[in-house]
Amino acid sequence: MPKYILIDHTADIGIDVFGASVQELFANAAFALFDIITDLSKVEGEIEYKISISGIDKEQLLVNWLHELLYLHDVKNLLFNDFCVVDITDNQLNAVVRGDVITEDKHVIKTEIKAVTYHCLSVIRDNDCWKARVIFDL
Amino acid sequence: MADDKYKIQKIDDYRWRIPREGKMRVDGIVYADEQMLKEIQKDESLQQVINVAHLPGIVGYSLGMPDIHWGYGFPIGGVAAFDIDEGVVSPGGVGYDINCGVRLLRTDLYQRDITNKMESLVNTLFANIPSGVGSHRKDLKLSLQDEKNVLRNGARWAVSQGYGTKEDLEHIEEQGCISEADPELVSDRALERGRAQLGTLGSGNHFVEVGYIAEVYDEEIARILGLEKDGITIVVHTGSRGLGYQVCDDSIRVMINASRKYNIELPDRQLCCAPINSPEGREYLAAMACAANYAFANRQMITHWVRESFESALHIGPKESQISLIYDVCHNIAKFEEHIVEGEKKRLCVHRKGATRAFPPNHPHTPDAYKSVGQPVLIPGDMGRCSYVLVGTEKAYADTFGSTCHGAGRVMSRNQAVKVSKGRSIAQELKEKGILVRADSRATLDEEIPEAYKNVTEVVNIVEHAGISKKIAQLKPLCVIKG
Repeated sequence: MPKYILIDHTADIGIDVFGASVQELFANAAFALFDIITDLSKVEGEIEYKISISGIDKEQLLVNWLHELLYLHDVKNLLFNDFCVVDITDNQLNAVVRGDVITEDKHVIKTEIKAVTYHCLSVIRDNDCWKARVIFDL
Repeated sequence: MADDKYKIQKIDDYRWRIPREGKMRVDGIVYADEQMLKEIQKDESLQQVINVAHLPGIVGYSLGMPDIHWGYGFPIGGVAAFDIDEGVVSPGGVGYDINCGVRLLRTDLYQRDITNKMESLVNTLFANIPSGVGSHRKDLKLSLQDEKNVLRNGARWAVSQGYGTKEDLEHIEEQGCISEADPELVSDRALERGRAQLGTLGSGNHFVEVGYIAEVYDEEIARILGLEKDGITIVVHTGSRGLGYQVCDDSIRVMINASRKYNIELPDRQLCCAPINSPEGREYLAAMACAANYAFANRQMITHWVRESFESALHIGPKESQISLIYDVCHNIAKFEEHIVEGEKKRLCVHRKGATRAFPPNHPHTPDAYKSVGQPVLIPGDMGRCSYVLVGTEKAYADTFGSTCHGAGRVMSRNQAVKVSKGRSIAQELKEKGILVRADSRATLDEEIPEAYKNVTEVVNIVEHAGISKKIAQLKPLCVIKG
């Protein structure tokens, strides 16, 4: 099972994400976000961040989680490559993520993502697999 | 034309009606010809026109312009007007890039004046105007107080700091400043994201393009606008950067709760909204105005660096280049405007998401210099083809809440575009067509290949035939910088 696949959306870019557990699903969604932004093979994970996020349901929690990472990327010039979702409920998530500060000669920015949207947003459990769909605004 | 998925009725050669049914409050109307309508139906944008028609207080129609394509929540290329007392305001109807817009500059230069200096010009523009992720001018440091002044005063702030002239302000929608802005309603995060990004182009489809006037369709109006065949022009396309994205995101969170609080049934969560007259609605509009003002200031500062770049690359002074602003339009915005609804003058909140205001001659908001001809409308195309200058019309004012299209509209997803451009050098292909391109990232060029867009000429011809804008001139690109 791939971590995620890109889906075609005319103006923007979307992902279908998969995971054996909700933790893995959320970690894979974050991986997809940064896989779109940069070449992750160049990111070593030198800095650690602890993240706590809340939301009214799993869908909003997913958007808020990705948005938090996007905010850190934008304001602190960070790229993340390692995501460990320590615990998660329908409304709350605690995670430890690792990444690097962007260095011009080392890292490449492939795509600027403006935002994580609520459009077509879904988080579902399908037998033993968790699936999510998220559309990014580019 | 019969269609299975949607009950589309032909109104005339350029307009199609989606009749109200179910919980729709108004009809949908889409501007397109038969061929283009087929293209439009390949994605979900018509469903989005229908979804918008469900929102409380929508007046007249849920409109789709010919460059319509699948957005998130509202379609891109959508226009919807809401009654002030009964209607709603929706951040999704404006978009993340609040006041993304276009401005057109004219010069006293002709193609022959820059032909041999194009390389130097494009490199100077690329060096002077920060583009791409994380770039900014080293000589620009904003305090929090400065930033709040930007949010309050928009392009006026930029002019007060020496970026451009007072005359520029007359040629900007809203004179470059929406007065309802309240910086205290903008989150710390939005302020933080905005501070380092003022005066930057950003990436994606944003650009600065130097071109020339290839065709003039109406000599008299072109003269009044200051456009002449072969004259050099500059188009700037950018918006409110991270500050706008954050304002939208913050507001959507508030609006998701507000939609529940006010019992607004939503066909798509991204359409979340609140009554215009609610605290949530008013606060969004005041924060949105801040982001809009930031975008006006952003384009104003970039204009200043365009002027400096021309002077240094061509070794000329401002008197020789005479770079002046023709007009600056917003294409992602919600505004209070007066319109005639069923014979009665009403104040409405008009959402334009990927649509341009196109006010007629003699309208109070059409700038004095253009009172006799109508408000200039600027429609950028893709990097390889052309862009257009149009003016607004009475028919637009009567039929589309004074609105028209905003660009070419994508037909290919970015993913598809990257696949199509694999193994090609887009920069080289454009160079062979006489267009020099500098981009911060190769991926941007691949995503923005000309084939990824509808032909802007077809889009513009539809709004002209439908009478909601009048075509004045066509611009062709010579060099482009992108993020």
